[in-house]
Amino acid sequence: MDQRKAIAAELPRLRRYARALQRDPGAADDLVQDCVERALSRLHLFRPGTNLRAWLFTILHNIHVNSVRGEIRAAERVVASTDGEIPIEGVTDPSQSHSLELRDLSRALDALTEEQRQVILLIGLEDMSYRDASEILGVPVGTVMSRLSRGRDRLRILTNREESQKLRRVE
Amino acid sequence: MSSPEKNTEQDLHAYLDGELDADSRAEIEVRLAGHPDDAEKLAGWRTHKSQLHTLFDDVLTDPVPPKMEAALARPVRRTEWRSWWRSAAAAVLLVAGVGAGWVLRGEITGPDREDFVRHAVSAHVVYVGERRHAVEVWAKEERHLVAWLSKRLKHKVKAPYLADAGFRLVGGRLIADKGAPAAQFMYEDQAKRRVTLYTRRTRDKGDPAFRFEGRKEISAFYWTGGPLAFALLGEMTREELLKLARTVSEQLKP
Repeated sequence: MDQRKAIAAELPRLRRYARALQRDPGAADDLVQDCVERALSRLHLFRPGTNLRAWLFTILHNIHVNSVRGEIRAAERVVASTDGEIPIEGVTDPSQSHSLELRDLSRALDALTEEQRQVILLIGLEDMSYRDASEILGVPVGTVMSRLSRGRDRLRILTNREESQKLRRVE
Repeated sequence: MSSPEKNTEQDLHAYLDGELDADSRAEIEVRLAGHPDDAEKLAGWRTHKSQLHTLFDDVLTDPVPPKMEAALARPVRRTEWRSWWRSAAAAVLLVAGVGAGWVLRGEITGPDREDFVRHAVSAHVVYVGERRHAVEVWAKEERHLVAWLSKRLKHKVKAPYLADAGFRLVGGRLIADKGAPAAQFMYEDQAKRRVTLYTRRTRDKGDPAFRFEGRKEISAFYWTGGPLAFALLGEMTREELLKLARTVSEQLKP
């Protein structure tokens, strides 16, 4: 039962990450629901004393990548990014109450590759260590760092209106 | 005169993300002092980090959906589920492998009945481990479920009432059994043990007697009643299941 309490304590973070990843609150909560249920059915695989948070995020990540939703989203992104435009149309706009800067960031986040976005969110939002992120995503730490670096560069360019014009001309 | 040493990009990220010890941080800060462009870049990244929180931290204080809480409150007896799955999988293999043996021991004749038992066991094993998709129609729509399955089986079926024996109806589903419609009702007791009742039309007449087969945790009783064949399957002793099977067959008498 202690483990259940520990899982419950991770729900806010799992939901925040899922929400940032999926944007659609319903889809995000479905993802977390699946994650919780899978975690419960596999509690015997969890080694006590290890990092429960990272374990849960790993499960969530795997469900996300394997889900049809994930495939569709990924496919949409490929289509959107091959036309040389930064795909800002059709993405979910965050609440209108947000400042212009926040909306820019939100759109820029959507324009990242799925892999860059995962790293940016795990490290930038969830404060995961590089090592935890590497375990959650199942890639070497070096890969995490290069995705992070490219992702941050891209965010910086995309949120800078002048530079983003330059980028469009180059692409 | 050379410009002061420059931080690598990776150092800057690691610095921002708290990956470094105090000594390394101090070194980086020294180098940063000589490179305002790096300091500016760092500040930009830091702003993005805090903006991410502004964008998404609302969720942290959202009430947890009841469904999630329910999932966490539901008892999962994991070791039992695990051994259940192992034995259930073994049972399917066994039935598939020596189906003929199974049938002979049950003194059943006819290929129809042989398939019947095999399908009943498969369906049991496949769906009993499901949580969100255990059934197609949940018990709260029992009337619809029963009407629908009766229509598909072209014979009146009903979900027996087993609450007195401690099992409540979870729901049911339609199953394709060699292209013919079959129905499965699922029940669950307080300890989350599940039993399934599987039925479809059969050409074999007579032999309404109970037949039993058990493999490790799975027990199965099967019998006929009118144009339908029935199988009741569960993870319990022969005696326990027989009691349930009697109740079921009594209620389902044509």
